[in-house]
This record gives sequence, structure tokens and C-alpha cells, in this order.
Amino acid sequence: MSRQPVIVGVSDAPTHERGRALPGTHVLSMQRDCANEALAEAGLTMADVDGLAVAGMWGMPGPGAMQPNLLTEYLGIRFPKWLDGTNVGGSAFVLHAGHAYEMIKAGVCDTVLILYGSMQKSQSARSLGGRPALFSNQWDMVAGLPSPAGAYAMAANRHAHVYGSTRETLAEIAVATRAWAGLNPKAAFQEPMTIDDVLNAAPIVDPLGRFDCCLVTDGGGAVVMTTEERARDLKQKPVYVLGHGESASHVNINYMPNMAHLEVAEHSSKRAYAQAGRGPKDMDMAMLYDSFTITVLLTMEALGLCGLGEGKDFVKGQRTAPGGAFPMNTNGGGLSYCHPGMYGIFLLIEATRQLRGECGARQAGNITNAVCHGTGGVLSSGATVVLSNTKD
Amino acid sequence: MSYNKPVPAVDPDSAPYWDGAKDGRLMIQRCNATGQTFLYSRQLVSGVVESEVEWIEASGKGTIYSFTVARRPAGAAFQGDCPYVIVSVELEEGARVMSNLVTDDPDSVAIGQAVEVVFDAVSDELTIPKFRRVA
Repeated sequence: MSRQPVIVGVSDAPTHERGRALPGTHVLSMQRDCANEALAEAGLTMADVDGLAVAGMWGMPGPGAMQPNLLTEYLGIRFPKWLDGTNVGGSAFVLHAGHAYEMIKAGVCDTVLILYGSMQKSQSARSLGGRPALFSNQWDMVAGLPSPAGAYAMAANRHAHVYGSTRETLAEIAVATRAWAGLNPKAAFQEPMTIDDVLNAAPIVDPLGRFDCCLVTDGGGAVVMTTEERARDLKQKPVYVLGHGESASHVNINYMPNMAHLEVAEHSSKRAYAQAGRGPKDMDMAMLYDSFTITVLLTMEALGLCGLGEGKDFVKGQRTAPGGAFPMNTNGGGLSYCHPGMYGIFLLIEATRQLRGECGARQAGNITNAVCHGTGGVLSSGATVVLSNTKD
Repeated sequence: MSYNKPVPAVDPDSAPYWDGAKDGRLMIQRCNATGQTFLYSRQLVSGVVESEVEWIEASGKGTIYSFTVARRPAGAAFQGDCPYVIVSVELEEGARVMSNLVTDDPDSVAIGQAVEVVFDAVSDELTIPKFRRVA
């Protein structure tokens, strides 16, 4: 019988007041609640979980340095057969889904929980300053490069120079994403926004302004994967993980091989498409990590959704907004829904819901195939999965 | 007045860069097997197994590969500098170096402009190679 890996449960933590965690929650209870909700919608319990993948920035220095151990303890998981605490930045959870695919398929474990939680907004913890200027950071930090925004700004300027993208190109992405957020009751920012709003927003690091940058929120999520066979007895229509890929190239933006081309995403997505037997032209929608507007522009080109340098035409005239030709970041993204620091798990959650057709006002039509791509660090790592609601 | 911005945690791989700057020399690394020049000072060049790497003095001339103008500072220590310019300079030798562009006119900075190194002795211990535009 089929050990084809599938997603059978997802959950994202509710927040209030522009992305604050609900009163009385903390970073562990948030993850517990998400885990139990995702398991419950599948018809599973924690007793079924025999694989765990987590990444986060909480509890460090301290117990957060060994998050798989701590969450095994906290959640009462009995001797899991597989653990993954790989942290390659916000892409980690998409990478975890790829690893879980292999472990489930190989029979190492049957039911995997992928988890994330963050209280960075409530705890005002989003401060990347004050870190020692170690290793390759010696150059960036001495020069006062605001991180991560400044790094993405340098990529944006390079892309503009090579391919002629503009601030308006980037604004198209911010506006389309906000329009999707307006249809998501959980989004921190739902008010409509215009291209001019983006262009006239407070400048941060040229060419990026405030609305080119992701939010700083709390948040958490859970994804449950198991085999297609097991899913037959469960409550949800399974979402198939058909292919995956991952890669990395650098830590500091100055060592990105080509700042105008996200090669890690090209490498990881090619493997994912090949394994899935489906290519970019087969995709009905995309969930692309939007730490910044430029991240989306670089990613859509690298994933082959359009050609290199063609992203500016791909997004023009709100083509990726609700009602547009190609739905993208339909939950409102890191730009307008939530960005708790490491956003990748929300790509999987939203794509799963769209493939189930349960998104209500923001349902992006009849979705059969979706590609999710997570970016970590400063365009440093990438992970892709191809999801579908059919194997055929 | 003491220097209150981040200083490099100099390690054995980076010491020749910062020592060279104190002597007014811009140091980069070169792989003798491939001729490729690079920073930061890692020991392996992609695709070369037994890499043979040496430090060389760069000309200090290059062009702007990319840049950003910081309208918000990277921490309080840079607050008074805003707006300031961070550049990735592609040196004549090929290596890219990240530092600041010394300029009173950040709005006129563009990719491809020619630059040369200048040495900013910010304290007795630290000299930072920076760049300025040349006509």
C-alpha cells in the first residue's frame, strides 16, 4: 500500500491587536495548541505522532538550543522515531516537509508533526542588532548594513539594474498581497492599500520602504503529515506532497553569487518539479516567502513561473491579486497577514487549505497544484515543495 | 572620543585584512589554482579540492556592484549617520568587498560607478577600508 506522504492537518495560531498572541499564551503553549488543533482536524492525537520537526528562535541561549528535545517533553510525545531541528532560517519548515516526505516514504516514521511558534512582537524580540561581528558578519556589521532589510535592498537595486524592475514593480506585489489579506480574517493588516501608498511610505533602506517589508508579529503553526494509506481513515481529504528540494549558498548578501538571480530557488525547485512530474506551468497558485517584496520578485523568476527579468510583467496590473490571472500568497503573506520571524510554515498551511478548497472568501478558484517556496536568511537558503490534491 | 560602532571580531582568517588596512593596504585572497580572488577570507574556493590560497594587495579600484542607502540605522550607533550608504564593490581583481561609500550625496549613487578605496582610521585599533567615487 501507498506510503505516499500527504498533509492531513494544519493549524495557524490566532492573534489579535495587529499580530499579538492571545493573552495567556506563551511560545510553548501556542505550539501545543496548534499541534492539537492540526491533529484534531485530521482525526489524530499526539499519541499518533512518531516524528517531530521544529525550528525557532525562542529559548536561546538555553533550552531553545535543543527544541526537538524540549517539544518532545512538553508535548508528551513518546520516544519519537525521527527528529529534525534543522534551522536554515524561515525556509526551515518547507525543508522539514521535504525531509518528512523522505522519512515517511522510507518507513522510518508514520506521522510527523512540523511545528513553529514565536512571541517576538509581544516580547519585542525582533532585534538583530547588538550581535557580535563574527566571521563573515565582520564586514556587514562594521559597515552598518541594516539586517536583514539592507541585504534585500541590495538585491533589489541589483535586480533593478540588470532587469529594469522598479519600485512600482515591488509595490504591485505589496498591494496584491494586501488585497488577499483583506479576505483573511486572521490577517494583521486588512485595510486596502494603493501603489501610491507603498511608494510614499516611510523609506527604510532604498529602494525598500515600510510596505516593502514584512510585518513583525507573534504567531505559530502546525502541519501534520502521514501516509496516503493512513489518511484513508482520517477526516481530511489528503494533500499530496509530490516533490521537494532544498539548497543554500551564503550567509551574507555580499557572497550571494548573483544578487539579481535567486539561484538557490532555481536549484531547489528544479528538483521538486522533477520529482513531482509537474512543472511551473502546471501550477495553479504559488505561496512564495515574502519577507520583502523583492523576495517574491526574485522567487517567481527563479521558480520558472516567468522568465528571468519577466517578473515585472508577471505582477503588473495586479495579476497576482484576488481575481487576477495567477493567485499568489493568498493568506496575505508575511507582508500583511503575519510574520513571526520564520514564516515558512504558513506557506504550507495556506496551500493545503487552498487545495482543500476551504478558504471561503479568499478561495482562489479550483486549485489542483500549488508550489510553496521558503527563503531563509538573506536569500541564503531555499526549500520548495510541490503540493496537489491529486496524484493523477 | 571612543569608537562606539561594531568592531570586527578579528579571527585568524580575517586578521590579514584588518592588519593590512592599518598599513593602508586593501588585502584580498586569491586562489592560485583558479586565479579567483575573493573575500571573506575562507580557505576553500568552490570546485578546488586542494585550494592554494594566498593574500594579495588589491589595487583598491573597482565599481559599485550594488548598494543601499540606509534611511534607518543599523542600531543606535549609526543613528547620526543617516542617510548613509553601504556598497558592495566589485574590485578590478574580481573580489567583492562590502563597506561604506563616503559621500555627501547619497541620492546620486548608482551601480557601475567607479570607486577607489580610502582608509578610515576610526581608532588606534581599527582602520576600515571604505570607498569613494572617482570621476
